[in-house]
Amino acid sequence: MARATVTTMKAVITVTGKDSVGIIAKVATACAEYGANIVDISQSVLSDYFAMIMLADIDSLRVEFSEFVDKLEAMGKENKLDIHTMHEDIFNTMHHI
Amino acid sequence: MLDTRDILETIQMIREENLDIRTVTMGISLFDCVSDDGNRLCDNIYDKITRKAEHLVATGQDIEKKYGIPIVNKRVSVTPISLVAGNMSPDVFLKLAHTLQRAADTVGINFIGGYSALVHKGMTQGDRNLISVIPEALAETQMVCSSVNVATTKAGINMDAIRLMGSTIKRAAALTADRNSIGCAKLVVFANVPEDNPFMAGAFHGVGEPDTVINVGVSGPGVVSSAIARAGDCDLSTLADIIKKTAFKITRVGQLVASEAADRLGVPFGIVDLSLAPTPAVGDSVALILENMGLESCGAHGTTACLAMLNDAVKKGGVMASSHVGGLSGAFIPVSEDAGMITAAKRGALSIEKLEAMTAVCSVGLDMIAVPGDTSEEVICGLIADEISIGVVNTKTTAVRVIPAVGKTVGDEVDFGGLLGTAPIMALRPYSPERFIHRGGRIPAPIHSLKN
Repeated sequence: MARATVTTMKAVITVTGKDSVGIIAKVATACAEYGANIVDISQSVLSDYFAMIMLADIDSLRVEFSEFVDKLEAMGKENKLDIHTMHEDIFNTMHHI
Repeated sequence: MLDTRDILETIQMIREENLDIRTVTMGISLFDCVSDDGNRLCDNIYDKITRKAEHLVATGQDIEKKYGIPIVNKRVSVTPISLVAGNMSPDVFLKLAHTLQRAADTVGINFIGGYSALVHKGMTQGDRNLISVIPEALAETQMVCSSVNVATTKAGINMDAIRLMGSTIKRAAALTADRNSIGCAKLVVFANVPEDNPFMAGAFHGVGEPDTVINVGVSGPGVVSSAIARAGDCDLSTLADIIKKTAFKITRVGQLVASEAADRLGVPFGIVDLSLAPTPAVGDSVALILENMGLESCGAHGTTACLAMLNDAVKKGGVMASSHVGGLSGAFIPVSEDAGMITAAKRGALSIEKLEAMTAVCSVGLDMIAVPGDTSEEVICGLIADEISIGVVNTKTTAVRVIPAVGKTVGDEVDFGGLLGTAPIMALRPYSPERFIHRGGRIPAPIHSLKN
């Protein structure tokens, strides 16, 4: 079937939770640690509620993708954040013909 | 380029509207396991299933993680056991059920289907031997699912087989009386059974299939009903369009998971089954879709029309999203597995007769319906014959999965747990079809089966 015809693989990382100092820094540090290169960020704060969608290039990931997903989720839990990481193909497949 | 709205829509579908992949089912041919020695046959079958499906569960879990979408069940379907064990005694057939269970335990799957026989035109001794131990097989195993095809549009209806299935269902209920007669929840009687169905309890690996194959069943009633609710008071053409677009998106995810699973396992991709499969979870209900379309309750007059439109729109949207569509591919209307159907049945809005009419316009049939435990074999046979006739005459699949729950009567309910859900006992007509059923023989194929 038609997969995304992009040259690099990307992950979509969504982060939600109560706003606090340094959320973006924490997620960015984790991405750097595992070799994910952040290419785009969209974030908003609505009455104390933090929401961010991050797009990261995962071609040079230093761990298995599934491990990366687990590590970010665990890091989120430690900081009372909900972090979900999904391969971009699910969005491309669903919304692009 | 990815759009924030698209990302949020997908995430909402998965987290709030119960979008999931219902099943990744690996079909495995057992023809190369055939032996004239019962023990060797069992060993061959165990070895082949555990070899071919060794990585099925781990692969499924990995794909779940990659795309962030739950794959609720990982299953295996095998060649109908009556075909690979044709010359065996009933004892060996029973042992084969335990072999399938053992293989399922080893590879860690949720269900294994194919304890089946195809008897639409007549029965071999192997078919008889298999059917004779279905009740014991279902009582003594947990994951083994059984199906018997008793009719096709081409062959007509084998009423002798239906009569045998009436007594088999009663016996399966009796042998699992201490567990709400759950044996019957794993036994389906079919007309025009598909050979590539990934859904249980009716899955088996057909004779025209390759050695192994990956078939995927999607879910998504919650996504469709939310989309309809958001649409407000639009007209029906607009509504059909909304359903088509939603079905397209759901099916694309199924196709993505199917291709990826097939690639990783080195097995050909078979089909995506477009069926909207409900779960007992609140909101994940086909009945709720019909109610959101504008019915006070599922079962109201107008239900069949709503379902016909829904079923057609799901197919039109889904078929473009997948390279190969197959299996059952239509809305499912199981009673116990759908919270909205349970509510409708409990409030008296949904009767067996209405469900029967609904099955004429969707897949699959009278599914997961609990009836009084003292229902006679002949009444069950009549119920099966009616439903099977709808399939045969309309050239479609129909099926009956009925549970005569021992010791229960109208007003009671039975709880099967998990995806099988809870079923209120539904009333049947008290009049006897005994003379008709006891005539036996075959109902000839309908005239429109002669297409050549």
